[in-house]
This record gives sequence, C-alpha cells and structure tokens, in this order.
Amino acid sequence: MRRVLLFIPAAIFVGLAVLLYRGLSLDPTDLPSALIDRYLPEFRLRALGTEEYLERDDIVGRASLLNVWGTWCPTCVAEHPYLMKLAEEGVPIIGLNYKDEDSKALSWLARLGDPYSVNITDPQGDFGLDLGVYGAPETYVIDAQGVIRYRHVGEVNERTWSGALGQAYREVSK
Amino acid sequence: MRLCIYIVTLLLSLPVSAVIETYEFSRPELEARYHRLVDELRCPKCQNQTIADSNAPISEDLRRRLYEELEAGLTDEEIIDGMVDRYGEFVRYNPASDGATRWLWLAPWIFLGIGGVVWAAVTSGRSKVNATSNEHANDIAELLQEKSK
Repeated sequence: MRRVLLFIPAAIFVGLAVLLYRGLSLDPTDLPSALIDRYLPEFRLRALGTEEYLERDDIVGRASLLNVWGTWCPTCVAEHPYLMKLAEEGVPIIGLNYKDEDSKALSWLARLGDPYSVNITDPQGDFGLDLGVYGAPETYVIDAQGVIRYRHVGEVNERTWSGALGQAYREVSK
Repeated sequence: MRLCIYIVTLLLSLPVSAVIETYEFSRPELEARYHRLVDELRCPKCQNQTIADSNAPISEDLRRRLYEELEAGLTDEEIIDGMVDRYGEFVRYNPASDGATRWLWLAPWIFLGIGGVVWAAVTSGRSKVNATSNEHANDIAELLQEKSK
C-alpha cells in the first residue's frame, strides 16, 4: 500500500508539466478588456482634417468597428488592405487616429485609401486611455446601442476576421 | 578587505526608477501620493514595469492622467478604481483579494502547508526507515555469506 505513495512525486510532476505546457501557448499580452459589455466612453474629439467636433452620439447607432490606428504603427500598414476590403463589403469602420498628426494621417489615407466612415482624432491619447487602449492597432466591435462587445488587439486579417473578431461583428450586425 | 567592502556596498545598492517628466503639484501631499501611486500601477504595454519605470507612451499618459486626477481632488481609491475600470485588475501591482486573484494570495500558504505536511511525514518516517534499513543490511550480509560459502 505504501508503494502507491511513491507515485505522488510522479503525479505532481505530470500535473505541473501539463499546467506549464498549457502556459507555453498562452499569450501574456492578451488582456481581457475591462470595457466589454459597457457603453463606449463619452468623448468630444475633432474629426480628422476638420474643425468639427464629434461626440459619442454622433458615431453610434449601428453595428460597427472602431479601429485604433496611427501612421507611426507598422501593424496598421499591414492590416490596412484588409480594412479596405471590409469597408467595400459594407462593414462600417470608425477610425480613431491615435496619437498622430492630421497632416500625416491625411496623406496616409490619400495614399493607401480610406476605409473609414469617419475618423476622430485623439492626439493626446485621452480617449484611448478611457477606452483602455494600450497600443495600436486595436479594433472594437460596437453594437447599434453603442455597447462594446469585443476587443481585438493586433492585426485584422483573414484569419482574425473568420475567428472571434468577425464572429462578434456578425453577431451584433444580425 | 577594501575590495570586499566595495563589493558589499555594490550589492547593497537599490534600484532607482526615474520618471522623465516632472509635475508641479499644488500641495506637497499630492506629490507624495503621486510617487506612491506610480509605483503601484502597472504599465499595460510593458508588462513587468510600473508606470514609474516605464517610458512607454501609454505610461506617460497614465502618469499625466494620475496627475490630473490628483489635482482634481480624487481619493487614491477613486483613482485606482478608475484605472481598474479601464484596464482591469491587471493594472494593479497590489491586486485586491477577490475572485480569481484570491488563489494568488492563498497559493503561498497552501504550498507552505503542503511542505509542512511532507516535512512532518519525512521526519517521523526517518526513524522507521533507519530500523528497516538495518534489517535489510543484515539480510544482505546473510545472503553474501551464503553465496561465498
């Protein structure tokens, strides 16, 4: 009977190995958003390239994506063609031009195309802070009531759109 | 001897974190709270640094927001709660003991308990082990004797 006890270290080892092996495939930068199922925070920000100010009620009202981007962000270049494709398919994309300059942002849109239905500027990153943004690109799925349903950190592409991000959008746009 | 003293003093040096920008506080008490809070808030981007250590743009924003909120008269609790609201419990280096984080606080004590039980089992078992190993030694000696006959 005591012999069974000899297997305890082996059992502990197997348990730890399974736990740690799982840990290898976890992404530590994949943080849950604290704002899921909450209203988009209030803001009053200038629309890109204009003197007009926009508030939350100006941009909500239909299921849409809110894409946080900046000309300084390399991954934003990478995902841009896919955003163009989504816009052509009729997905409304609100741009949040994050910590950027108008002139740079406008010339980028002129060069690469403009997938955004509207672009709001957040040069200081204040709205980004309220939204819990910690880097670009980030993409939020917002439903018709203005509630944040999903947050995606990183590139939007074929794979992520057929995965959880696209699913969340298809769910709210039904 | 002198070298020894040098080495010891080097080892005793403490890490110093530097914040790039400086803020003018209206009251010195706010500054003290600022310095305590920047050490308690974690940079969401560079995950193993406080916002005091990190010079990532997001940490800069968090420090500026912290400064503004302190000057606006918010309490420490309101400020921390506001940050947790935006970034989740992750943003605290000193997380509250509830929900998922409870295990984080309990785990060291659980492991200490397991260690204690194992230690007790091993020390109480040792005298028995000694007795049995003596018996085994006798058995082996007998076997060897038989073999050599």
